[in-house]
Amino acid sequence: MELRKDYFADVRKDGLNEIGQPRPRLDSPGHVTGKTAYFADRNFPGMLHLKMVRSPHHHARIRSIDTSEAEKHPGVVRVLTARDVPHNVYTILILIQVGPEDETVLADGKVRWKGEAVVAVLAETERAAQEAAAKVKVDYEVLPAVFDMEEALKPGAPVVNEYHGQNYYLYDSGECRKVRFGDVEAGFAQADHILEQSYQSSPIEHAPTETTGCVVAPEGNDRFTCYTNTQAMFFTLDNASIILQMPGSKLHFVGGTVGGGFGGKVDVIVEPIAILGAKLTGRPVSFVYSREEEMQISSPRAAEKIVIKDGVMKDGRIVARKVTGYTDAGAYSRHSPYGAQKGAAHYPGPYTISNVWIDTYCVYTNRTPSSAMRGFGVTIGDFALEVQMDKLARLIGMDPLEFRFINAYRDGDMKAHRQPTEGAALIECMQEASRAANWPVAEKYMAMSSYRKGA
Amino acid sequence: MAKVPVQFTLNGSEKAEFIESGTTLLNALRDKIGDTSPKGGCHQGTCGACSVIIDGELRLSCLTLAETCNGADIKTTAGLAEGGVLHPLQRAFLDAFATQCGFCTPGMITAAKVLLDRTPNPSREDVVEALSGNICRCTGYEPIIQAVLTAARANSQNAA
Amino acid sequence: MSLALQTFSTVKDANAALQAAGTRYLGGGTLVVRAANEGDVSTSSLVRVTDPGLSQIAVAGGKVRLGASVTMAAIASHPELAALAPAARAVGGPAIRNMATVGGNLFAPAPYGDFAVALLALDATVVTGDGETPIETFLAGRDTTRAIVTGVGFASPKAESFRFLKVSRVKPKGVSVLSIAALLELAADGAVSSARIALGCMADRPTRAKAAEKALLGCKLTPQEIAPALAAAGEGIAPITDPIASAWYRAEVLPVHLGRLLSN
Repeated sequence: MELRKDYFADVRKDGLNEIGQPRPRLDSPGHVTGKTAYFADRNFPGMLHLKMVRSPHHHARIRSIDTSEAEKHPGVVRVLTARDVPHNVYTILILIQVGPEDETVLADGKVRWKGEAVVAVLAETERAAQEAAAKVKVDYEVLPAVFDMEEALKPGAPVVNEYHGQNYYLYDSGECRKVRFGDVEAGFAQADHILEQSYQSSPIEHAPTETTGCVVAPEGNDRFTCYTNTQAMFFTLDNASIILQMPGSKLHFVGGTVGGGFGGKVDVIVEPIAILGAKLTGRPVSFVYSREEEMQISSPRAAEKIVIKDGVMKDGRIVARKVTGYTDAGAYSRHSPYGAQKGAAHYPGPYTISNVWIDTYCVYTNRTPSSAMRGFGVTIGDFALEVQMDKLARLIGMDPLEFRFINAYRDGDMKAHRQPTEGAALIECMQEASRAANWPVAEKYMAMSSYRKGA
Repeated sequence: MAKVPVQFTLNGSEKAEFIESGTTLLNALRDKIGDTSPKGGCHQGTCGACSVIIDGELRLSCLTLAETCNGADIKTTAGLAEGGVLHPLQRAFLDAFATQCGFCTPGMITAAKVLLDRTPNPSREDVVEALSGNICRCTGYEPIIQAVLTAARANSQNAA
Repeated sequence: MSLALQTFSTVKDANAALQAAGTRYLGGGTLVVRAANEGDVSTSSLVRVTDPGLSQIAVAGGKVRLGASVTMAAIASHPELAALAPAARAVGGPAIRNMATVGGNLFAPAPYGDFAVALLALDATVVTGDGETPIETFLAGRDTTRAIVTGVGFASPKAESFRFLKVSRVKPKGVSVLSIAALLELAADGAVSSARIALGCMADRPTRAKAAEKALLGCKLTPQEIAPALAAAGEGIAPITDPIASAWYRAEVLPVHLGRLLSN
């Protein structure tokens, strides 16, 4: 690896002495000796195992739930349904005032996706919990389901989530997040060429090697210690506090050691119900997803659809960009309203475009709720934008890298969502990439600078 | 539930326990004996996080019933360091930055140990093949392969 | 009901125990323990046999006999079974190959069971307490069979006449997109005088490409002459759809990979 300290040397205060130097990780000695304590490495005498009865339907009304046979099953200690959960309807982003509460801890009256949690069974062994779960009888009335975002937005589509009332998240800006900058129609009118393309992605599962889970131990004084692999410790604690209607001082969360997360462990899914189980039985409780649950039940990255319309001049300047983005939240919000909002700010890409129009929708469908994953809201967008950039360059017969130099944002440029650009290093990164990849560009681009305009 | 006795050697020391019939070796090691170095990643035989060495052969403890291991000699990553001194593989994983979340690491190290016990000077292809049943999701395969090759060189230098 | 293991020293005693409801035979554990771990509560008792004879490999007089408990690793490293080594190595990773058995592979649902594909091409005989059964008959009835498989037998293939190919997206260890095994005899002029081709993932269990076998007779293994066999490869197939590949994709690429196997 080569470290080029000459870039930005005049605006940098430190000598970058740590960059490029190997430093031992603090947690590695535990990893190589097998001593690192993951949540599942905690074992308590008398620990119960929680297994979830899940919806076999994408969308259904629950007529009745009969847990009597399951409760009688040998080894079963407690069976939980929606009425056992103190505050059953929640949404994780309520902590930052992004509502409404729209998701049930245990299904109440309706299921909105295949795999939704309906009944929790607590038993002495995993096997007893699995056997008892198979004895829970749920009577469903199957409802029409919708899996496609554009279908979901059409009038007359089945309403996925009544807490929203319509199949999109209602922002303060209306049915979508909007960015308006300049006059996009004037930009298109002025453009030499217009290119409209649409890009789509499927959900992606993080598939961490360690599945989602937690172990909860009741302590004295009605306190509970929750060993968890959540990536969002205090988010989880605060949401558990709301769901359980229990002051945060009663909850002690131990974590930070995660066997792979990649964003897949930021939802608050296993902890509240496991703590509730520990509270109602007075016994330690383990709730760990099976591999199948991890793949099918845990939130994936959202499916997205992105329609980009660009107006470009023969000289390479992009003069107008209109983007409509759709984020498939699945049946519940989780982090998706935020993901779609990130997309709205991001879609101009690292380019300065004078006329921009962006609408991003967070759409509800009867699919597995999606959530965070490595740059969610922008990663798929970047795929779409950069493919679009290559297509635009080809359209006007320009080198794709030089095309990006022409449009690259630089310090001081105003971004479409009214944040001034600062600390941009795109020009310099592309200059270095040009050298490293042996992809030469004209000398005038090699002389450009991110922060010296006109250079 | 019927309890059955199991007795085997784990990392050089004798272990004897009563377990429920049908218990996997993974659960017996972790829950009964207290060696949590083998990890349960999939319980399907797909990820390799639960890999242990039984009578010199690499096995998946999640698919092995504990009571079939009576009299066996079992080794796990927890038993590799001797007298507080890391095994060359552990040292190499540490130095080569071959761990990230660490969940796959004990399984990777047991798989690599079986390889080096039989093939002290493996090729890169040998290493890739030997680790092919172990999944790392933090995309760390390259440093892991380098660590095993480094450990092999350290071993052969020590032997010389 | 928990899961319990019963151990017997003879196949006869184990066969008697297997008559009870909720009982399954435990070979290497890669199928039945996996199912139990995933929450399959239909099995409450596992039965195993410790008879060392089940782990024996015998190669004599041009015949091979593999005990049902012989592992993929044992086959892959056996000096007289070199022709079969690629098929044995196609199963799982190193740890799985130390556990997965010949007997178990006969029951592995697609996309697993790559070694059984090889056995089907070899026209193996499956041995149980009830006698010997041609593998094709055995595979067709495997869902209802209760008798413990004790071994398989087949004529030892000449290395040059047996070909095996597994296609997977991840290498060296990956789940099958498809697998193909072919036993081909060539006449002095290079024309195919007999052909037996078995396919994996083209149904829920290994199947034969009978139309392709027939079309191959008398053909030299040139792109032009094998073309009709490749065109016929898809006849009667019903490929599986799973996270690895769709039925459509599997059907589309089958002739491509069969062509590569035949012209190599």
